[in-house]
Amino acid sequence: MSELKKVSSNPHVRSFVTTNKIMLCVIAALMPATCFGIYNFGLRALFHIIITVLSAVGSELAFDLICKKKITIGDFSAVLTGLLLALNLPVSAPLWIGAVGAAFAIVVVKMLFGGLGQNFMNPALGGRCFLLISFTSLMTNFDCDAYSGATPLAALKAGERVNVYNMVIGKTAGTIGETSMVAIVLGACFLLLLGIIDLRIPGSYIVSFVIFLCLFSRHGIDPDYIAAHLSGGGLMLGAFFMATDYVTRPITRAGQYVFGILLGIMTGIFRVFGAGAEGVSYAIIFGNLLVPLIEKITCPKPFGRGGEKR
Amino acid sequence: MKRCLERLYNGLIKENPTFVLVLGMCPTLAVTTSAKNGMGMGLTTMVVLALSNAFISMLRKVIPDKVRIPAFIVIIASFVTMMELLLEGFLPSLYDALGIYIPLIVVNCIILGRAESYASKNPILPSLFDGIGMGLGFTFALTCIGAVREILGAGQIFGINVMPQGYVPVSIFIMAPGAFFVLAILTAIQNQIKINGEKKGKDMSKIGSGCSEDCMNCGEKGCSKRFYDADVKRSEEGKEA
Repeated sequence: MSELKKVSSNPHVRSFVTTNKIMLCVIAALMPATCFGIYNFGLRALFHIIITVLSAVGSELAFDLICKKKITIGDFSAVLTGLLLALNLPVSAPLWIGAVGAAFAIVVVKMLFGGLGQNFMNPALGGRCFLLISFTSLMTNFDCDAYSGATPLAALKAGERVNVYNMVIGKTAGTIGETSMVAIVLGACFLLLLGIIDLRIPGSYIVSFVIFLCLFSRHGIDPDYIAAHLSGGGLMLGAFFMATDYVTRPITRAGQYVFGILLGIMTGIFRVFGAGAEGVSYAIIFGNLLVPLIEKITCPKPFGRGGEKR
Repeated sequence: MKRCLERLYNGLIKENPTFVLVLGMCPTLAVTTSAKNGMGMGLTTMVVLALSNAFISMLRKVIPDKVRIPAFIVIIASFVTMMELLLEGFLPSLYDALGIYIPLIVVNCIILGRAESYASKNPILPSLFDGIGMGLGFTFALTCIGAVREILGAGQIFGINVMPQGYVPVSIFIMAPGAFFVLAILTAIQNQIKINGEKKGKDMSKIGSGCSEDCMNCGEKGCSKRFYDADVKRSEEGKEA
């Protein structure tokens, strides 16, 4: 858009907020979770992140070159997609898996639909779900040097007790970037302070999810259980960094609340009644698909239209 | 004879029912989990298509225009039932793999489409070859899709391992989403070939239809006119009543 000249007569308000600055801010906000992931799971996590990011950027560059389009890797959105996808991988997965997932996310989910701004689904989550369906056993194996056995959510589902303190800090099994609630919320606060995201979607998501748990989980209002569900799995990462993706969230304010509530209910259904322990990725993807409908019903009426008919 | 060969070429390449006409998507997406299933489905459809085309062509002067669709369906359903019983008797494994999609061949739009647009107004021999050509095109497309899905999703082709030892099957390709991916990519490749041909100066824009007319610029005598006429007649009858 910066190349658009002669828009109208002056004065013009100039904003320094550009796509690549927003993307860089989000990447910076993900750094606490990334660093904690590397600290927690060791160097292999770093390799996963590097390979996934390189594959995302490389496949976007390759697509642009093959289709003779403008090179769009300068907006850093591919880096962000790669990073988010890497944070959603279990550390014990083979290293090539991130590369495959990132290539799918960029080429099929993003570029084939017209590139950044045209994709109907969050590319990182599209890539993750592709991997989850294709390589189910590799993607749900959370055994690694640091931890072995089930993720806290799976243990919770099996009716075992979990250590909520460790879950909040992040010293549990899980994907690279999702384990530490503290690190994710730290990054999210940075984005909230900068005004890049607001609390409408994450807030309504988390609140509706908690209400759903209280009503339907058969645990009643059990603070330990709720805290474990909030800090376990990808809920925080999904709520703050994926559901708020500018491209795939509703643009209307009312629509964002509806979107958040839908995500909360769907995540609750998947986690409480579903076969698996986790449901954030699928909830957000389904939510993304419903965005056009949500926007349609929450579209504000123009002044003077649609008043009371007499 | 030349006309018969032209029909074969037309069905297989020029007017391939899956990649060009995009007909019969339900079996295309549902049964192509492996090359064998795709081929089985394609060949079964081909037999039904050729026989029903020939039969309908034989009866084309007997069947009244107003009830032609029910009449076509009865003929097609008879052949499908025969095929179903034959498959159940002689190829039970294929019968189990294809399942409900064998009876559903009755409502496959390729068969009804060829009956309507070609067999019902052409002599027997070309109609028979039109059915064989279309069926071969369908078989070719389904086998391609099935082969790609089987290679990626199971590392095999016709049940024989072809991928190197360390290959991890991408199982999404033998599930429902994989069918859409593979079909889309194969159609895109096919379109790209066509675009490249056009760039070299060949005229590939005109895709002839069964009535050997250009469907896009179809005038009076094509199939659309028949549907249109039927509608007009119906509305006129409604007015009279």
